[in-house]
Amino acid sequence: MELCPDIIEIRKQFPQLAETVYGRPLVYLDNAATSLRPVSVVEKWTEMSYRFNANIHRAVHFTANVATEEFEKSRNAVAEFIGASSAREVVFTSGTTQSVNLLAYSLGNSSFFNKGDEIIIAESEHHSDLVPWQQLAERKSLKIKVLPIKDDGTLEIEKLSDLLTEKVKLLCAAHVSNVLGIINPVKEICEICHRNGTLVLVDGAQAVAHLPVNVDEIGCDFYVFSGHKMFAAPGTGVLYGKKELLENLPPFLAGGEMIDTVNWDKTTFAAVPQRFEAGTQNISGVPTFIPAIETVKLLNNSKISGETEALKSYVFQSLSSDPDILLYGIPKDLSKKIPLFSISVKSAHHEDLALILDKMGIAVRSGQMCAEPLMRRFGVSGMLRASFAQYNTMDEAAYFVKSLRKAIDMLK
Amino acid sequence: MTSLEERKAAVVEEFSMFDEWLDKYEYLIETGKNLEVFPVELKTDDRLIKGCQSRVWLDTRVEDGRLWFRADSDAIITKGIISLLVRVYDGCTPAEIVSDSFDFIEKIGLRENLSPTRAGGLNSMIEKIKEEAKRNV
Repeated sequence: MELCPDIIEIRKQFPQLAETVYGRPLVYLDNAATSLRPVSVVEKWTEMSYRFNANIHRAVHFTANVATEEFEKSRNAVAEFIGASSAREVVFTSGTTQSVNLLAYSLGNSSFFNKGDEIIIAESEHHSDLVPWQQLAERKSLKIKVLPIKDDGTLEIEKLSDLLTEKVKLLCAAHVSNVLGIINPVKEICEICHRNGTLVLVDGAQAVAHLPVNVDEIGCDFYVFSGHKMFAAPGTGVLYGKKELLENLPPFLAGGEMIDTVNWDKTTFAAVPQRFEAGTQNISGVPTFIPAIETVKLLNNSKISGETEALKSYVFQSLSSDPDILLYGIPKDLSKKIPLFSISVKSAHHEDLALILDKMGIAVRSGQMCAEPLMRRFGVSGMLRASFAQYNTMDEAAYFVKSLRKAIDMLK
Repeated sequence: MTSLEERKAAVVEEFSMFDEWLDKYEYLIETGKNLEVFPVELKTDDRLIKGCQSRVWLDTRVEDGRLWFRADSDAIITKGIISLLVRVYDGCTPAEIVSDSFDFIEKIGLRENLSPTRAGGLNSMIEKIKEEAKRNV
C-alpha cells in the first residue's frame, strides 16, 4: 500500500465507508467493537483462500510451503509490531478472549498458583479479562482483588502498593479500557508489580489500532489482542508472552501439531509457540496481520493522527458542554484517551438513543459493553458508546453530535 | 369494545401514515409515554420479560375470563412497542390470543426494522403474552 496521508484517499481503502443504510450514508462509530477492513486485508484473505489454501506446518508440497511461509511471516511481523524480542513469543489465537482463556487455563494447570493466591483485576476490565480469572479462582481457591478507578475513570494507581501482598501472583489490566477509552499507565503498573514479583497481563485489544505498542518498553509479561479490532481478519488474535514464561507453561488445547512425540503411555509437547497452537489454525486470516499492521502504521502517521486528535477534541468539547450528557472516562489530559466516548443521558435510555441514531445512519454501541461491574460503579444500566477510527471525518463527528442532540430532544 | 381484528387494523393504519422510520419511532415514543402508569410494586422479577436488552415488565390480570395487561420498560421505544401489544391484546380471551397469528407485527414492518437483538426482545414479549394466555385457557 502506498503511503497516502490524505484521509479522503484513505477512506477509499475501506469500501464499507461508502455504504448507505436506510438511504443515508453509513457513519460507522463502532470501531471499538470491530474495525472496518481495508481492501489490502480482504485481498490477502481471499488470496490465501483462492490460491494458497493448504494446511500449514505439515505437508511438503508447494502450496503448503507458501501457506506456512505466509503464516510465519505474519508471526514475525506481529513480533516486530509489538516489539517482542522473538517471534516465538507470539502465539496465534482466535482473539483476545481465547488468548486470556488460554493463559488462565495454562497458568492454572501449572504450579504457578497455590491455594489462597491472589489476582488483581482493574475495575474497568472487560468481561474477557475478568470472567476467565474468576473461573480459575473458583477452581483453584484463589482470591480476586480489584484495583479501583477514580471518578474520572483513571486507575487508582496509588492504591496498588497496598493491594500487592506477597500472595498476589498476577495483575490484569487493559492498556486501554473499552468503555472509558483511557490509556492506562501500564508501564508504571508493571514496574510496581515486578518489584513485588507479580506478573502482569495487559489486554491490548483497544490499544493496538491507536497506539504504538512495545511490550519490551511496557515490561509486561503477557499482552493480548485481537486482529479484528486492528483491521485484520476476524477470528485472529495474539497472546504475547515472555519466552521463559511461555516455555514453562503446559498446553491449552491438545491435538495435532502441538506435540513432540506421541506414545500410548505418554506424549511430549512441541516447543513454544506451536505447543499452544493445536489443530488447524486460521490459515486464511492470520496472514492478514501483515496488511493490517501496514494499515495501522499508515493511519497513525503524523498528519492523520493530527486530524484524529482534532476530531477527539471536537467531540469531547461538544459532548462535555451539553448539560444533558454525562461523559465517562475524562482524564485531565485528553492525550491519555483514544477517540472513544461513552456517555449516558439522564432523560433518555441508551438503547433508545442507539435505535434512533441507527435510523439516522449512525452505528454506535449501547448496553453494558461487557463491563457490568463498571456500569454498577457508575450507577447506570448501560451507556452509549461512539468509538472513532482514524478514517472517521470531522463531518461525521459533527453529524453524530447533531444527531445525538436530535435524538435526545425526541426522547424528552 | 372493539374486536381484536379491528384493533389490529387500527394499529396497521396508524403506522401506514408514516413513511420514514424515524417518524414511526416518534409515534412509538408518544405511544410509550401515554402508557398507563405501572405501579412500582409490580416491577418484580417474575414480571420481567427475559431476552430484552432493556428491562420490560408485563403484568397479567384475569377477569371475567379475559386477560388484562399492564406493561412498562425503562427504554421508551420498547415501552412503545409493548404498549402496542397491550393495546391490541388487552381484554382478549386466552383462546383468542392462543389462536392469533400476531400478523399485524409483520404488517407494520416492525420486526424487520429492529436489529436482531431488538427483534429477539419483541419475540420474547410476544412469547410472554402467549404463555400467559396458554396458562389461562
